[in-house]
Amino acid sequence: MQHNHDVQGYWKATLGLIAKVLAIWFLVSFGAGILFADALNGISLGGYPLGFWFAHQGSMYVFIALIFWYGKKMGDIDREFDVHED
Amino acid sequence: MDLQTTIYLVVGATFALYIGIAIWARAGSTSEYYAAGGSVPPVMNGMATAADWMSAASFISMAGLIANMGYGGGLFLMGWTGGYVLLACLLAPYLRKFGKFTVPQFIGDRFYSQTASTVAVVCLLVASITYIIGQMTGVGVAFSRFLGVSSDTGIYVGMGIVFTYAVFGGMKGITYTQVAQYVVLICAYIVPAVFISIALTGVPVPQLGLGANVTGTDVSLLTKLDQVVTDLGFGKYTTTTAGSTLNMFVYTFSLMIGTAGLPHVIMRFFTVPNVAAARSSAGWALVFIALLYTTAPAVAAMAKLNLHGTVNSAVGIQSSSEGMKVHAEAIKANADPYAVESSLQYEARPDWMKRWEKTGLLKFEDKNGDGRIQYYNDKTKNEAAKAKAEAAGWKGNELTVNADIIVLANPEIALLPNWVIALVAAGGLAAALSTAAGLLMAISSAISHDLVKGVFAPNISEKGELMAGKISMACAIVVAGYLGLNPPGFAAGTVALAFGIAASSLFPAIMMGIFSKKMNKEGAIAGMLAGLFFTLFYVFAHKGIFFIKGTEFLNVIGGANSFFGITPEAIGGVGAIVNFIVAFAVDKVTKEPPEHIQHMVENVRIPRGSKAVDGAH
Repeated sequence: MQHNHDVQGYWKATLGLIAKVLAIWFLVSFGAGILFADALNGISLGGYPLGFWFAHQGSMYVFIALIFWYGKKMGDIDREFDVHED
Repeated sequence: MDLQTTIYLVVGATFALYIGIAIWARAGSTSEYYAAGGSVPPVMNGMATAADWMSAASFISMAGLIANMGYGGGLFLMGWTGGYVLLACLLAPYLRKFGKFTVPQFIGDRFYSQTASTVAVVCLLVASITYIIGQMTGVGVAFSRFLGVSSDTGIYVGMGIVFTYAVFGGMKGITYTQVAQYVVLICAYIVPAVFISIALTGVPVPQLGLGANVTGTDVSLLTKLDQVVTDLGFGKYTTTTAGSTLNMFVYTFSLMIGTAGLPHVIMRFFTVPNVAAARSSAGWALVFIALLYTTAPAVAAMAKLNLHGTVNSAVGIQSSSEGMKVHAEAIKANADPYAVESSLQYEARPDWMKRWEKTGLLKFEDKNGDGRIQYYNDKTKNEAAKAKAEAAGWKGNELTVNADIIVLANPEIALLPNWVIALVAAGGLAAALSTAAGLLMAISSAISHDLVKGVFAPNISEKGELMAGKISMACAIVVAGYLGLNPPGFAAGTVALAFGIAASSLFPAIMMGIFSKKMNKEGAIAGMLAGLFFTLFYVFAHKGIFFIKGTEFLNVIGGANSFFGITPEAIGGVGAIVNFIVAFAVDKVTKEPPEHIQHMVENVRIPRGSKAVDGAH
C-alpha cells in the first residue's frame, strides 16, 4: 500500500455497515417472516396477512433493496478512506 | 398448427439460439475459459447467475411444493434468496479482489495448505455432482413430457447441447448462453401466471393478485383459500408451518448459507470486472431471481384454489372446457363442499385432467363408488371436517396430484394458447440446462485448475491447462449423463445434501478466511471436517450410509429428528455452527498464520488494486 491509509478505520466502518445490513436481513426474514409471523398475521396488507406476506413476498423485496443500499454505502466508505478502485 | 409441432418449433429455435451464442463466444484463453475474461457487466452477470441458480427444481417443482406446504413453503423463498445478501456483503467482493479462478484455490492459498485445498475440492465435487444428477433427470423429464421422446433420448440430446456450448465456450460461452436462457425461462414462468391472475382477480400482476379480492367479490383470494382448505380438513394455508417454528428457522438458515456457499454460484462473481461490480451484480442476480420467486407463491395459491374449484363446485371457481370462470355468488355463499352435487362427476372432468392422468401424475380412485371425485384430507385432525366427510359417505381421498403439475399444467388449466404451453416446455429445459452447465463448469475447473495444475502438473502450459479443462468438462458431462440415465437410489435426497455440505464446510471456511485474520490452517481444516462429518452423520442416520437403504442408524442418535426436532434437510446450518466452534477452538491452541498470509487478508479486504482475474498459483 503506497499511501498510508487508515486500514483499521476502513475495516471498522465496513464491519459496522455489514452489522446493520445483517440486522435488517435477520429482522425481515427470521423475525417478521418466522418468529413474529403469528403476531403480525393479525394485521393485514390488502388481502395479505402481514406475517405471511413477509415470508412469501416482503423479505425478498427487502433483500434486494438491502444489497443495493450496501453497495452504495460501501462505495461511499471506499472513497472516504481513499481505497476505491480507479 | 398442432401443439406438438409448436413445441418442436419453439424448443428448436431456443436451442439454435444457444448454440449460435456459443459459437460467437468461443473461449481462447484460460482466463476466458474459467472467468469469461473477467469482463461481464453486472446486469448481464446477474441474469446469468439467476439462470445458473434457478434449476429445473425451482422452475418445475417449487410452486407445487409451496402449494402443498402453504405458509411453511416460504422457507424456500426466504432461504434461496436471503443467501444472496450474505454473498453480497460477506463473500463476493473479497473473493473477486483475491482474483483467482476457483473456490478451492482461495481456501488453499488463504490457509497456505494443499490439504485445505484438497478438502475443499472434495466438498465441491460432492456438492456439485449430487446437484447435477437432479438436473440431468430434469432434462430427461422435460423432454419426455413435452417432446414425446423417451427420457433417455432426452438426456442424450441434453448432453449434446451442453457439450457444444460448455466445452467450446467455457465460462464465457456459458455466461452468454445463460443470459438467453434466463429470458426464455422467466417469460415461460410469468406469462401463464399473469393470465391466471387476471382470470381470478382481474389484477395482471401476480404478486398483487395474490393479495387481491376474487373477481366480483369483496372476499380476498387468500381468505377464500384458507376457508376452502380448512373446510376440507387441510391445514390453514396462510399459517401452517414446516414442522416446528425452530425447524423452519434452522431450515431457512441452512438454505441461506448453503446458497452462499455453493461453488457454482460463488464462481459467477469471478467473472465481473471489479469489486464494486461484484457487489452490485449480487443485487442484480437477486432482482432477476426474485422476479420468479415472488411469482411462485402466487402461482402456488392460485393453482391450488383452481384445483379445488375444478373438483368441487362449492368453491365457486370452475375450469371447464370453456376456460376458467369465477362464480362470484358461489364465492360469497360459502356453499357446503360436502353436498353430494358439489363433487365433480368423473365423467365431466375437463380435458387437461384426462391428459395428465395418462402421465400418472394425476390419479383418481373411486373409493366410495359414486362416480364423483372427492378431494380432501382424509387424515385430518379437524373433528368437524371428519364428521362431515363421514356423514356425506366419503370413504377417503380419491385424487392424488403430483406437485409438479402445478406449474406444468397451469397453461392448460387456464386454456392458454399452444405457444404458451410450448414456451413452458422451453423454459423448463432452459432452467435445467443452464444450471447443469454452471455445475459442470465448477466441476471441470476444480479438476483442471485445482487438481491437475495445482497438484499433479504445476508447470503445465496455459494451452495444456485449457485442454485439460475441456477434457475434464467432457468427462464430467459423460459422468453426469450416466448418473442421469442410471440415477442412484439416493437421487431424491441429494439436493438437500448438496446444500448441507456447502453450508457446513465451504461457507464457514471462506468466511473465516476473510473475516478472521488470525485463523490458521489447522483451525480451518479441523472446522471443515467437523462440519462435514457432523452433517453427513445426521443425514446418514436418517437416510442410510451413502443413502443405501437399510443402513440407517436412527437408534444411535435417539430417533428421527432427535436434535431438537430438526429434520435432516435442515441440519446444514447446525453443521456450520459446529464448523465455526471447532475452527476457533483449534485455532486457539495452534500457532498463528505466517505474516505474509495476514498481509494477504488485509489486502483482500481493500478494493483498490483489484486486477484482472488470472488464477496464477
